Amino acid sequence: MYDFDLVIPSSVADAASAMKADGAQALGGGQTLLPTMKQRLAAPEVLVKLSDLAEMVGVSAASGILRVGGATTHAQVAEEGAAYPALAALAGNIGDPAVRNRGTIGGSIANNDPAACYPAGALGSGATIITDRREIAADDFFTDLFETALDEGEIITAVNFPIPDAANYQKFDQPASRFALVGVFVARFGDAVRVAVTGASNGGVFRWSVAEEALSADFSASAVEGLAVNAGDMISDLHGSAAYRAHLIGVLTRRAVQSC
Amino acid sequence: MPDGGIGAPTKRREDTRFLTGRGKYTDDFTPQNTSYCAFARSQVANGKIKSIDTSAAAAMPGVLAIFTGEDFVEVGGNPAGWAIVSRDGEPMKEPKRPVLAHGKVRHVGDAYAAVIADTLEEAMDAVEAIEADIEELDAVVDMASAVANSGTLVHDEIGTNTCFDWGWIEDNRAATDEAIKKAPHVTTLELINNRLVPNALEPRCSIGEYDPGTGDYKLTTTSQNPHLSRLLISAFVLGIPENKLTVLAPDVGGGFGSKIYHYGEEALVLAAAKKLGRPVKWTATRTEAFLSDAHGRDHVTKIELACEKDGTFIAFRTETMANVGAYLSNFSTATPTFLHGTLMAGNYTVPNVYVNVKAVFTNTAPVDAYRGAGRPEATYSLERVIDKCARELGMDPVEIRRKNFIKKDQYPYASAAGLEYDSGNYDALMDGLEKTADFAGFEARRAESAKQGKLRGLGINAYIEACGIAPSNLVGILGARVGLYDAATVRVNPTGNISVMVGAHSHGQGHETAFPQIVADMLGVDPETIDIVHGDTSKIPFGMGTYGSRSLAVCGSAVFRATEKIIVKATAIAAHMLEDEPDNIDFSDGVFSIAGTNKSVGFGDVALKAYIPHEYPIEGLEPGLEETAFYDPANFTYPSGAYASEVEVDPETGKVTICSMVALDDFGVVVNPMIVTGQVEGGLAQGIGQALLENSVYDDNGQLLSGSLMDYAMPRADDLPSFVVDHSHATRCNHNPIGSKGCGEAGAIGSPPTIVNAVVDALARGGHDVDHIDMPVSPSRVWAAMNK
Ligand SMILES: Cc1cc2nc3c(=O)[nH]c(=O)nc-3n(C[C@H](O)[C@H](O)[C@H](O)COP(=O)(O)OP(=O)(O)OC[C@H]3O[C@@H](n4cnc5c(N)ncnc54)[C@H](O)[C@@H]3O)c2cc1C
Repeated sequence: MYDFDLVIPSSVADAASAMKADGAQALGGGQTLLPTMKQRLAAPEVLVKLSDLAEMVGVSAASGILRVGGATTHAQVAEEGAAYPALAALAGNIGDPAVRNRGTIGGSIANNDPAACYPAGALGSGATIITDRREIAADDFFTDLFETALDEGEIITAVNFPIPDAANYQKFDQPASRFALVGVFVARFGDAVRVAVTGASNGGVFRWSVAEEALSADFSASAVEGLAVNAGDMISDLHGSAAYRAHLIGVLTRRAVQSC
Repeated sequence: MPDGGIGAPTKRREDTRFLTGRGKYTDDFTPQNTSYCAFARSQVANGKIKSIDTSAAAAMPGVLAIFTGEDFVEVGGNPAGWAIVSRDGEPMKEPKRPVLAHGKVRHVGDAYAAVIADTLEEAMDAVEAIEADIEELDAVVDMASAVANSGTLVHDEIGTNTCFDWGWIEDNRAATDEAIKKAPHVTTLELINNRLVPNALEPRCSIGEYDPGTGDYKLTTTSQNPHLSRLLISAFVLGIPENKLTVLAPDVGGGFGSKIYHYGEEALVLAAAKKLGRPVKWTATRTEAFLSDAHGRDHVTKIELACEKDGTFIAFRTETMANVGAYLSNFSTATPTFLHGTLMAGNYTVPNVYVNVKAVFTNTAPVDAYRGAGRPEATYSLERVIDKCARELGMDPVEIRRKNFIKKDQYPYASAAGLEYDSGNYDALMDGLEKTADFAGFEARRAESAKQGKLRGLGINAYIEACGIAPSNLVGILGARVGLYDAATVRVNPTGNISVMVGAHSHGQGHETAFPQIVADMLGVDPETIDIVHGDTSKIPFGMGTYGSRSLAVCGSAVFRATEKIIVKATAIAAHMLEDEPDNIDFSDGVFSIAGTNKSVGFGDVALKAYIPHEYPIEGLEPGLEETAFYDPANFTYPSGAYASEVEVDPETGKVTICSMVALDDFGVVVNPMIVTGQVEGGLAQGIGQALLENSVYDDNGQLLSGSLMDYAMPRADDLPSFVVDHSHATRCNHNPIGSKGCGEAGAIGSPPTIVNAVVDALARGGHDVDHIDMPVSPSRVWAAMNK
């Protein structure tokens, strides 16, 4: 690890101005950033610690929306997200207790790891990402692997999740990291269904629109039987070929629908 | 008999300190004025070192010294501990393994420079400032390309990538070929024994110290065998006289083989400490562990099993390529040969066995012994091909094994692979397995799984292994460059408590608890009054350390012998005290007495007399009560076992879930059944890791793709079923005084074939035409096999 300065702001406004410093970077739970820094693969000059900001921590439900503060840990969402059980279950199945007690939703979504769970939850729910500057629809937020619509220094202060009538997240673990080898989040709002897939695609988290159409017409596992994503766009690595990932998307989508 | 003697399931006394954070591992030592070492390691798998410019680095803050390969050209190399002779009579090729790479780097992670600085951060900063001009060359990674010798040579000077081409037993080759040619049935299987990264919890760590006042060196290091490290450093690598070098291996957080060997980093911190007159510490990062610890396994094998139509075995023949990586690690040549080929007859009365092993250099990390070392590879090949054969013949896998088992009245049994098995009872183990694993209930459980949409399979395995490799005379003839005895000193202190100095090293095996049980049992004293001293060459007799499940069978026997000597001497002292002849003295439960009288004296009083020898027959008897024994076994010990596992395969995803794992082992006399159960369970976890999860993968350029725990899958608790472990079906080892065989590796030997047999069985019962899947049997591989 290289040397850096640590800023502990007392408000989001403070944090936002601290983020203007050269080489400043937001620090959430540090579960991704700190290991990278220890390996000297990242060298921020200033870390702005967000996890103590009361304004950014907490889970609340009102008017069909579950609001999760940007610095809320996975553990807290798992415990207090009962208004949106599928999301609470997703949070409760990220990493291990040590990771869940530190890692935050803002960090996870800002990082947009192609195998992470929250991006599927946010995209699948049609969430709104709220920053210190604006609101961004999940559909516009996740732009590419590890890329988001966030601007330099922009801070995720909260994420608003519309609570669906039914939802389920199916995660198939990559055997080593236990991130998602493939994860599928299915949410039904009346007749409208959203299906978001993580872990699988070379382009990062995506919506499987063909399945969404089929499920919107007929919300049953059999409706997606025989549908397949194009394996050509899928990741192929040590843990699974593109064809295997494409196949798992179908299996997990059916299982998610069955579990709704 | 005191409580806690041989056979007592005493809780491990060392666990109190381990579980409360009071263990003292190498990195916990920071002598005053310690400086820190960081290594510059190759990013390429094969490269020519054109120049290394250290001037900028040397000028960085805190930098004390920088070493490169140049600094070690005058000193010796790290040798291989076993000389193998090829089939054509040529000795194996032994390229030099330097302290730091010189001229060429040969694998990713090969260290070519080291910086010593006041702080670790300064050392790391300076490593980044070293300007190394390394010209990347084509790497040779896969063994088939390497043995073709048509492209890259890992070591130009030896002119080949083949270290040796070994035949065992070469004289049996023609007969085996002939038998296979004529056999009514031949089953052939090609398989890969996957390469593993040992991943001890504690990474390697070494601290070098030098005392300019006395000229003494001290190396504190993560070692399974401190005396061996001292010998190698003294006799081969640095030439430091043995009497001037203390090697200390304090608490060690797991080794699994990877800490048997002497590594260049140890030599470096010693040389640096001498140069600087300051202690020098190096602690590996997890990344360095992945790149530079000796890896395990990595065999590619073709095995043929020839038999009669009724399943009677006629011959086994194997052809194996064994990866040794870029350099010969200390036991890398013994592992695929004498620890592998000699076991290829398994538990069976097969008359013909021939094993051919080519050891191959590649641009990858060195490969050496890893829990089981050669024996898991032998067992896996054999027990997989037997299952395939049974399937081809339409025989039950239990029946085909039973048909060929060596029977209990056939011992000692000379196996066709050249070993003499002293004892065993494989049918009894199989009988026990059938009951314990409830074979009869399998169909019902399978039907239940089928209702849940799962394919259930049952896999079995029978294994034999060889522990406590010995005797020295024999291994010397076979090429070993070391002896394989062990040593113990039993020191009875004046007040009657006892210190036992042992050559074995405990890094998870529970010696501190088990060895006192032997002494307590023999002396009739409380085991709590006995302590073990190990891991410090300045305190213990010259021993060979711990690996190959040898500690109890070999070092425990030395403890036994030394204790016998204590009894002889104490009896003489007691005889004097009781005014009688030693022959008339009985000794039991810690009391010396004369039969038929009420004259007796306790062990404690005898000890005191030995050290305060007033009214003592000083002319005929030395004072003191301390004895040393060196024990060189007459033979290997031969643990054996029968394992069964049931698995469920999810046919949609290919995911395998282990439902049950039953391990029946014959370890001979068990000193502490609780520790033995723990050893088996740990081995099972590692074997299941190999079977389902772990895989060390290099790409074609020699980059380690599974170079971190994000991609290298270690078994976690929820990957494992509840184990059923039973070591009650025991036959005594006939040639060591305790009667024990060795249990440390069994679980890792017996479980991989059991699991893969079960998965293939599940698929076959599910109607899939799959006769083999290479390990790790990951979901994607199972799915691919089902959908090929
Ligand atoms: C062992 C392990 C297992 C894991 N398993 C899973 C898993 O199964 N599924 C899964 O989804 N994830 C998993 N993770 C990742 C985990 O969820 C992390 O918590 C998450 O990726 C990053 O969150 P963090 O709060 O720790 O962010 P940090 O590491 O602090 O930061 C990550 C990045 O986000 C930026 N950032 C942080 N907070 C904000 C914010 N509020 N606004 C803008 N930018 C911000 C940082 O600058 C940095 O670039 C695992 C991690 C580990 C170590």
